[in-house]
Amino acid sequence: MEQPEDVPHNPTEQAAICFKAFMLKNSPKSNLNLYDHLVRVLCKVMDERPENAVDIIEDMSLEVKRAGMRDKQSTLRDTPPVPAVQVLAEQQKTLFTRGGGDEVEPEEELVETPLPNLAEQSFFLEQAGVGLAREEMQRVHLALKQLVDSQPLQSCRFWGKILGTRANYLVAEVDFREGEEEEEDSPQEEGADEEEKEGGSKDDDEEEAEEAIDPLPESTYKPPPAVPKEENRTGVNKFTYFIRRFFTGDLDAPVVSYPPFPGNETTYLRAQVARISAGTQVSPLGFYQFGEEEGEEEEETARDSFEENPEFEGVPVPEMVESLANWVHHVQHILQQGRCVWVNLAEKADEDLEEEGDEEEKEEEPDEPEPEVGPPLLTPLSEDAEIDNTPPWSAKMSSALIPQFAIAVLRSNLWPGAYAYATGKKFENIYIGWGMKFSGDGYTPPVPPAPQREYPSGEEITEALDPSLEEEQALQAALEERRAAEEEAEELEGEEEEEEDDY
Amino acid sequence: MDSNTLYYSLELVSGNGLRLSCEQKAALQTSLVILQRNYRFSRVLFWGKILGVKGDYFIAQGATEDELRAKKTLYSLNCIDWHLLPLPTPVLLAEVSAVAKGRFVGDPSFEYELTETRQQGEGDEAVKEEFTMKVTEEKRLAATVFNIERDVAVVPRGAFIRTPHDTVQVNRSFQGLSTLEAGNLSNYLHFTEPQHLKKKSIMEMADLDPSIDFLDPLSEDIPKESWSLQMEGSSVCVLRSLLWLGLTFFHVPFTPQHGYIYMGDGLKNLDLPFML
Repeated sequence: MEQPEDVPHNPTEQAAICFKAFMLKNSPKSNLNLYDHLVRVLCKVMDERPENAVDIIEDMSLEVKRAGMRDKQSTLRDTPPVPAVQVLAEQQKTLFTRGGGDEVEPEEELVETPLPNLAEQSFFLEQAGVGLAREEMQRVHLALKQLVDSQPLQSCRFWGKILGTRANYLVAEVDFREGEEEEEDSPQEEGADEEEKEGGSKDDDEEEAEEAIDPLPESTYKPPPAVPKEENRTGVNKFTYFIRRFFTGDLDAPVVSYPPFPGNETTYLRAQVARISAGTQVSPLGFYQFGEEEGEEEEETARDSFEENPEFEGVPVPEMVESLANWVHHVQHILQQGRCVWVNLAEKADEDLEEEGDEEEKEEEPDEPEPEVGPPLLTPLSEDAEIDNTPPWSAKMSSALIPQFAIAVLRSNLWPGAYAYATGKKFENIYIGWGMKFSGDGYTPPVPPAPQREYPSGEEITEALDPSLEEEQALQAALEERRAAEEEAEELEGEEEEEEDDY
Repeated sequence: MDSNTLYYSLELVSGNGLRLSCEQKAALQTSLVILQRNYRFSRVLFWGKILGVKGDYFIAQGATEDELRAKKTLYSLNCIDWHLLPLPTPVLLAEVSAVAKGRFVGDPSFEYELTETRQQGEGDEAVKEEFTMKVTEEKRLAATVFNIERDVAVVPRGAFIRTPHDTVQVNRSFQGLSTLEAGNLSNYLHFTEPQHLKKKSIMEMADLDPSIDFLDPLSEDIPKESWSLQMEGSSVCVLRSLLWLGLTFFHVPFTPQHGYIYMGDGLKNLDLPFML
């Protein structure tokens, strides 16, 4: 073997090379070695030529080390969060795919569907100066289509949009097909709450994915028209008359209010939707008519169903604008009780009590309350009450320049955000707003009930004066005297006994 | 919002339900150009719409050299004929807040009346005197627009700069907020004379850039949650005021596009503390 030429012969030189090797050894911790580090530090000194280099050599060394570390940190830092826009786009992409995947035969497409023609509505609404942006409307339309495809619905309508502080609700009003409806009608006493849950659980999938992001279909089901009258007996609605709160956009959010509201935001939303519907769903006079059979049979109860009038010709637009009598409500009025059909609560209570066999309390029951009666269905708007000298409705034409082709627009002053339009045989209602009724002057929350009365004052709880020392001593003396007297008596008895024992 | 970008910025704020009909949009694009020439404004802003029971008011604003202070407000009933609104003085504001209640009617000459009985003199000589205050709806409109401007006019931070001459001008190098910044209320400023800024301590003022941070940020509003900030659609940032329901502001991140519009009934939401 040939020896390398540069083998040092000088021992000092060899020692130097050994030491250099030592300095070149990498540290397992930082993967640096002293030699390179010193080279860098000295290079830095030569580059910068600082004054009094010896004083700051430690700092420079640290700086060099830190500069080396920087690269490593950068790999840790940047994990960019997925932007909300991307998530939203991914979710909305499904809206634009055709359901079913396979090619749909042209005949199948023509089958009558409950899907509303939202594009047409949007066109008329734009003339009326309301509605959502066109793109947003298109997305809603697609979402409704998905809803119609996935649920057995008889009719479907875009009800409107309720704005919330963190997200907004889009509300669709649907009517389940016959078979389903019967099932849902059965738990009648449970009322609206039950209905909510059923609706809620059904659209959970959509809900979870799309909640809290705005222009997506957070569809909240409106139960079939037959159901609102069975709304919660004690009146979910009743409470909403007294509270004013913004929606947050989260269905599970608690509704913190006074008076306390029973339920979470789902219930609150459902109740407000029902109130708005009852107040603002209107149609041109003559579009709907009462079914003939029902009207004659049940004279006492209010008629609660109607059908489309096939002979409806349409009311001319100028007349619709001029007179509110040409518009009628087609949703039942909600009574103070929180129901559309009045229920005698007192009767119910009686029955319960009888079952329990509690006869005494029964007598204390109040007399039969007067049944509340609301205005009947299809009442003209001209009979609506004024609030604070403000007429409840404003009507106008959509265009002043081309009145021949204008449409009639009706704006509710009672529920800001509720609009209706009508042209010829077509009409539609929509609500876009905060879900708040116009309250006139400032809202004053109801006063909390008076504090509970204190304990009735009596002997047991009245304070007595503490006895003074003299009184205590007097009492003690009296006690001692009595005790002495008793002892004497006992002694006498004892003596007698002893005497008896003696003999 | 700037009248030049009206045709697409109106779409971005229509999420709260009110928009302009095609006829109105077309009319505005014609009449605002003429308005700008007649009054020699540097730019014209479409401010919004106030709903009345019988008719609606459309409001426009003209800006001159100083964007913040020297603004003129005009109103129209048909989007074509514009009329100058009177300048709101403190007296006018006080009168309006005392007298005008309820919805707007839609007639500028409508008079709101308030009758007060005041006692004059003392003791037996006291004479009750009926005192009637009258305010026209035009004045009320001027006061309402001024109040809304003062309470909730919004611009993104950096969109306007203060020059050394103390005039406020559009910042031409403003490139928009980033998506992260756009989600934070402290990056939006009240576009009005600052009210809290002067009370800040030197420590707080040290971090502020005097040419940009000369306005109050929204994050210092009371009550705390009086704004609803949401990202809508294809990354448009939308701010809605809960104090003046109907005021909507939009900003498209990474672009200089921003603007606000008021479409509502012109009533302040006094119930706000109960509703949060």
